[in-house]
Amino acid sequence: MAADLKFAKTHEWVRPETTGVATVGISSYAVEALTDLVFMQLPAVGKRVKAGESLGEIESVKAVSDVYAPISGEIVEVNTALPGKLETLGQDPYGEGWLVRIKPDDPAELDRLLDRADYDKLVGSQPH
Amino acid sequence: MSTTLLETPLVGWHAAHGGRMVDFAGWRMPVQYGSIVDEHLATRAAAGMFDVSHMGRLAVGGAAAIDWLESLLTRRVAGIEVGRARYTLVTGESGGRTVVLDDALVAREPDAADGTPRLSLVVNASNRPRVVDWLRSRLPATGVTFIDRTFETAMIAVQGPLAVGLVAELAAADDAARITALGPYRTTPARVAGAAATVSRTGYTGEDGVELVVEAAAAAPLWEAIMAAGGPRGLRSCGLGARDTLRLEAGMPLYGHELREESDPFAIGLGLAVDLDGRRFPGSERFARLKAEPAGRVRVGLRLDSKRSSREGDAVLLGERPVGVVTSGSFAPTLGTAVAMALVDRDVAAAGTAVDCLIRDTRQAARVTPLPFYRRHTRQGATAGAV
Repeated sequence: MAADLKFAKTHEWVRPETTGVATVGISSYAVEALTDLVFMQLPAVGKRVKAGESLGEIESVKAVSDVYAPISGEIVEVNTALPGKLETLGQDPYGEGWLVRIKPDDPAELDRLLDRADYDKLVGSQPH
Repeated sequence: MSTTLLETPLVGWHAAHGGRMVDFAGWRMPVQYGSIVDEHLATRAAAGMFDVSHMGRLAVGGAAAIDWLESLLTRRVAGIEVGRARYTLVTGESGGRTVVLDDALVAREPDAADGTPRLSLVVNASNRPRVVDWLRSRLPATGVTFIDRTFETAMIAVQGPLAVGLVAELAAADDAARITALGPYRTTPARVAGAAATVSRTGYTGEDGVELVVEAAAAAPLWEAIMAAGGPRGLRSCGLGARDTLRLEAGMPLYGHELREESDPFAIGLGLAVDLDGRRFPGSERFARLKAEPAGRVRVGLRLDSKRSSREGDAVLLGERPVGVVTSGSFAPTLGTAVAMALVDRDVAAAGTAVDCLIRDTRQAARVTPLPFYRRHTRQGATAGAV
């Protein structure tokens, strides 16, 4: 997996693309912790989101969880195939399982996110 | 995690086999081992094994035991034969009004050596302390013994089309024949995998199956023996997550959700748990009135048009009119869609009525559906399960 991923404490990942947008998904840890995913709701293209606000929701048999925007900006692309094929999240969470692409308001926000090693430390210390 | 949680004799097995342990009614219990959907489907297709040791197990004995329970339970206990189990409500008094304290299974076990009757009550973990307190407060001076045996025993449910055969296989020849021949809501002592067990043809999944009560020390070896025999044939250990989705598909009420202190049993489809005809128990007069004059919201099934679930507390709408509230809801693995149980106004309770569930400010179309959502195929000649 690429080392250029950044992570939010709420288990979303962000990958800055060369085109200036950032791809957002949820970590394999989160996918595994949720299990039995049955429903996902993603925002519409054009929606503006603020870091830390709900971007959509993901539902497992057991519970509904919010997906939070790790950075602020405008939704410029949505993985519309994903809600109909949620198993992709388990198979390829950092690739085909991406959720949205955001045009960041402030690229410096990325620096406030966790790098891979810090994120691994965070989830490694959580009860599973 | 809090160290004050109660633990069953099987907690070590759960933790060693990937059980995700949660606090359930004060007990450290597995909610799932892997996928709830896989556990659910294994129970429907082969067998599922559940640690239900957190349920309260109460032993009642003595010459006056039957008369005493007859005066307290909504279901007739007088005349109950050895080996029969009945689904009942436990009603009590709280602040001058009568309330439903719990739902329970009452069973008559073989008589004691001195010829006096022995009965058992299985109650919900969440209600055990107050049910025990209530029953103790009603004990007569003599003639009845009452013991909470929850902590000295364990309870294992084996459910699914292979369940009865698997358990019978592990029993001695005579016992095996008795287990196989056991009718629904019948119970028998039997030796299973070397353990002295009480085996009941009961469950909470909508499948055929049994529940076994054994001494606490016998629980882990018995669990391992059933797992060893059943694992190769598709039996899986199942957590409370699958237990909940299975009972929801089977249309079974859960105390604290469909059934509450103030519930009208007739409105929520539990009239079968109330024997009136001249009997007196706490709340019998109120229940007689409720039966004579049906009123209030009734329990229905809702089938949603989506995999997105409506959860407890969601409003049910007919147009703009609030007509009910969801009491339980989940994705139903056997059906591939979301279902719910709800209490709704009587004029929208007819099967086929189109309503909406309000899920986090979004409307989701649903249709009133007869309960249960799932009914197992019974073999020809098999007796229907009478509660």
